[in-house]
Amino acid sequence: MALDNTKSTGFTHVGTTPDRPDGVDKVTGRARFGADITAPGMLHAAIVRSPHAHARIKRIDTSKAEALAGVKGVVTRADFATGLTGENWNILENVMAGDTALYDGHAVAAVAATSSLIARDAAKLVVVEYEPLPHVTDVDKAMAADAPVIREGAADTSVPKGLHPNVVRYHESGHGDVEAGFAEADLVVEDHFKTEATHQGYIEPHACLGTLGGDGKGELWCCTQGHWNVQKICAALLGLETANLRVTASEIGGGFGGKTAVFIEPVALALARKTNKPVKLVMPRADVFKATGPTASTSMDIKIGMKKDGTITAAQGTFRLQGGAFPGAPCEFTAMCAFAPYALKNVRQVGYDVMSNRPKQAAYRAPGSPMAAFAVESVIDELCNRLDLDPIETRLKNASKKGTKASFGPTFDRIGLVETLEAAKAHPHYCAPLKPGQGRGISCGFWFNHGGETAVSLALSEDGTAQLAVGTPDIGGSRASMALMAAEELGIPYENIRVTIADTATLGYNEVSHGSRVTYASGLATIQAARDAVKKLCGRAAAKWGIPEDAVKWENGCAVPSGPNAGDFDPLPIAEITKRMGATGGPIVGHFEATPEGAGVSFATHIVDAEVDPETGKTSVVRYTVVQDAGKAIHPTYVEGQFQGGAAQGIGWALNEEYIYGEDGRLQNALFLDYRIPVASDLPMIDTVIVEVPNPGHPYGVRGVGETSICPPLAAIANAVSAAAGVRLRQLPMSPPRILEALEQQRNG
Amino acid sequence: MSKIHVTTTVNGDEVEFLCDPRETVLDVLRDRLGMTGTKEGCGTGDCGACSITLDGRLVCSCLVLGVEAEGREIATVEGIATGEDLHPLQQKFIEYAALQCGICTPGILVATKALLEKNPDPTETEVRYWLAGNLCRCTGYDKIIRAVMDTAADMREAS
Amino acid sequence: MQYHTPASFEDAAAIAAQADGVTRFLAGGTDVLVQLRADIVTPDTLIDIKGITGTRDIARNPDGSWQIGIAVSGAEMTEHPALGRDWPGVVEATDLIGSTQVQGRCTMVGNLCNGSPAADAVPAMVAAGITVTVTGPDGTRDVAVEDIPTGPGKTSLAKGELISAVHIPARGDHGGDAYLRFIPRTEMDIAVVGAAVNLRLEGDTITEARVSLGAVAPTVLLVQEAADAIIGTTLDDAALAALAQAARDACKPIDDKRGTIKFRTHVVGVLAQRAAKIAYERAQKAGK
Repeated sequence: MALDNTKSTGFTHVGTTPDRPDGVDKVTGRARFGADITAPGMLHAAIVRSPHAHARIKRIDTSKAEALAGVKGVVTRADFATGLTGENWNILENVMAGDTALYDGHAVAAVAATSSLIARDAAKLVVVEYEPLPHVTDVDKAMAADAPVIREGAADTSVPKGLHPNVVRYHESGHGDVEAGFAEADLVVEDHFKTEATHQGYIEPHACLGTLGGDGKGELWCCTQGHWNVQKICAALLGLETANLRVTASEIGGGFGGKTAVFIEPVALALARKTNKPVKLVMPRADVFKATGPTASTSMDIKIGMKKDGTITAAQGTFRLQGGAFPGAPCEFTAMCAFAPYALKNVRQVGYDVMSNRPKQAAYRAPGSPMAAFAVESVIDELCNRLDLDPIETRLKNASKKGTKASFGPTFDRIGLVETLEAAKAHPHYCAPLKPGQGRGISCGFWFNHGGETAVSLALSEDGTAQLAVGTPDIGGSRASMALMAAEELGIPYENIRVTIADTATLGYNEVSHGSRVTYASGLATIQAARDAVKKLCGRAAAKWGIPEDAVKWENGCAVPSGPNAGDFDPLPIAEITKRMGATGGPIVGHFEATPEGAGVSFATHIVDAEVDPETGKTSVVRYTVVQDAGKAIHPTYVEGQFQGGAAQGIGWALNEEYIYGEDGRLQNALFLDYRIPVASDLPMIDTVIVEVPNPGHPYGVRGVGETSICPPLAAIANAVSAAAGVRLRQLPMSPPRILEALEQQRNG
Repeated sequence: MSKIHVTTTVNGDEVEFLCDPRETVLDVLRDRLGMTGTKEGCGTGDCGACSITLDGRLVCSCLVLGVEAEGREIATVEGIATGEDLHPLQQKFIEYAALQCGICTPGILVATKALLEKNPDPTETEVRYWLAGNLCRCTGYDKIIRAVMDTAADMREAS
Repeated sequence: MQYHTPASFEDAAAIAAQADGVTRFLAGGTDVLVQLRADIVTPDTLIDIKGITGTRDIARNPDGSWQIGIAVSGAEMTEHPALGRDWPGVVEATDLIGSTQVQGRCTMVGNLCNGSPAADAVPAMVAAGITVTVTGPDGTRDVAVEDIPTGPGKTSLAKGELISAVHIPARGDHGGDAYLRFIPRTEMDIAVVGAAVNLRLEGDTITEARVSLGAVAPTVLLVQEAADAIIGTTLDDAALAALAQAARDACKPIDDKRGTIKFRTHVVGVLAQRAAKIAYERAQKAGK
């Protein structure tokens, strides 16, 4: 999109750090999250889930449950729409099993009752007769010739002939001649890497409250990253007209990609339709782990050639992603992100999307990229070690910059990788002395960022304040960023702008809050909507003064003549214009609807120091620095928060977090007790450096910052641990038993 | 299943309710008393989002039965501010961006208030270990720890 | 679920003896409520025993021994001005159970009766030589802590029996104890391995020792061979090596989601050594 009137300096509001508009609500307990929504006469629901990894559902007997006092309705697959195809069918099949339970925790029925205790009791009375089938949960085993087939015919046309039916999508990209490149290298390192599935681990379980009458009209309140998506999918799964279902997003207690998908909302609506009462459904924590959307697990092979001076001559990667019992593991993202930080003459990447008996994966913060960075940046670290090269200098030597043909195809516009590497090199952390037993690791990371369908409306009030309605749920303070951008354009105080997350009935379609798109796309739309309002304000002033519209400009919240020739009028403040809106042409509303496509890509460089106890294999992260390009930081404190949060999640992924499946194919650690996310005492302070290389695709230069921060940590920590322990770790998580095992193997040669 | 009558005190106010003996204080607060400021993140004492104090002692309300509240004093996030006046911790949490999504915030505020009442001058390590049972997935804890340390310093100076 | 609040241990025992189905005693509730919520155990009868007089008291007897009420929480033990000076290992072990919030509720007795081989308080209790009074329909009996657990989730308590008091021996002269556990994080995990050492010195030489290991067998172990490896020594390198070997020889761990046989067997030796060093140092610093 061509952008007029871009601005990169001289900001009044942008770049300041005011308190967020929802701050008081969030510290007093007043904010209403998914499970906090209630309705008179509402029922509570519970879902019956498969205890088998893979089983034919032979019979479901709901009679005992229905007979329990207080139970008002039971639904199974028969209560949902039929005849769906494509992704809608996949989602329905995941939301409520058809004839086969495909993973441990797969929903098979649901109950609504007058209390949650009764609903839980009733769920235990639903009798399901299963015929267990062979199962597979590991990605490599799922691709092997003897693997049980999850579903015949699930593969699309991208998959080459001869692969197992569990391989359902295939990606290949790159350029140059990698074999010729490897031949030019002084050293070629080739290694195999594995990562386990992790969960976004948001603290708020999925929750919703739905109503749906016999007239096909309904309402839904839920915690989601995108309520238009919920509306569309629920309408399809229940056979409703989309516009007849109004969806309102509650406050959201974390998402990180995991709340871009739909899991329980159609079930609540099906029960509401069956019982003709509002139905509330809150997922127990164990269900969140078992039956929402963790990441893909991976198996990866990386081969990189390098000259003695550090020049990469060729790079090749094979990425196998297991994404559960449905197509969708982001194998193309993994492949495309893998070598994006480097300007390569010869590069080739291949991705496989593999099905297994696990829950349907969902997005998790830069989906697919962190695993690729783990493998690729580990190999680069190994090359630097063996060739005695400085890891930052080597990365600078090969870094992508404006004009580089990216490993995944396009040519980069202005990007900030070099700037992050230079800032990391100059940071005191990089040259600080290490204590015995400690090691330092660095890594780069890349994420595409995204624009997406966006609609925003900005209505002015009579007193000159503004009501901004956006459609992207606020996960981490985006309302503050929107208000700052609107204040910048309108020239009015930040406090005079009230930002609301509008429901599906009041704005055009907004894509989910994903792809680090909110501050970029809703921000761009906010700026344009404000400019639309300003244009109308100037029009009212022009009419009052009797001069042409283009003879009026907007300055510091006032209409003023655009130059000496326009006439001599006192500045007309916004409130003076809005006070007379009704009599001068009616309400003033600025709006903007588009699919912005200029989301600038984002790079980061992380530095981490780790200490390993050689007797127990326990790792402590002792120092951490994030350097990332934000394009333009609208609210710098919240940008830092995104950097720190991504780093912390990456630390968890690197060291402790994993899905552990038993031989029986059942998930063994579906509680926070054993799904071990970092606790406060696990982490050091996380230092941040905000680099600002403006994105040409945003009026202020904004790049999304939410996701890139999780791309470097896995590799940075692996490189630090490998340096500290003196042995390369190639499998995540780098749990103490794995580290001890690696140390022992090294001792035994 | 017969319900049990319980009389207890929540944020200084006497309240009465009937509850099933299986219901927790968390269930009672949220579903019977309409006090949804206290959050459920796990229901098994692993996340701390439901932190309250019971007779001044920090506990997970998901690990206390409603019937155990008889004659006790409960304090929740709703009782931290005095009218419109936020507690210094609440102000500092907003100012320092010690919350992103805000779901863990009620529990962390209750927990840190209990800490500062017991130990007005905690070290960073003490704050981190005190809060180890309060999971936050958004912030990486950095800004939370800074907010707590700085509030403690301010409160020491003010007293 | 029936909820009872008896006024005496005898009443509690009588209710339990007559109850049908699953009975649980409730003190801190940090295991009972988790099992209830996770649908692992839903008791038919729940007997809340913390209203019984004296169950919240910590008392030091004239002979220097201690009596700890069965509902005393971990936090109350940690805050006690003198208990931790006598038995730092026992207090620290109890303090490792769960979070600050869990510390506000959890009890040593609950940790013991839950029957987990990974219970943090139990190895320290065993090493310290703690005994408990068991009250049942037929009266009371005193039992060594190591004789309570019989397997994962199982105890030697008969129907109607419950623990009514905890007795910690007098610390005596030149003694020290310590407990260490291995967890992957810094907090909030179940012990993958635990080791407790309690010892007494004459001069620099260890004259008495008890070594107890957690999470490496179906029950917490009291390992005489490990104690023998350090008795009569000054905890020199040879003694430490023998201690680690004896600990490793004694353990019968399993592979599970928290650790492997190999890992547990290796780390139990490391922790036994580290705990012994701390206990030894404490004994050296101890008065008289």
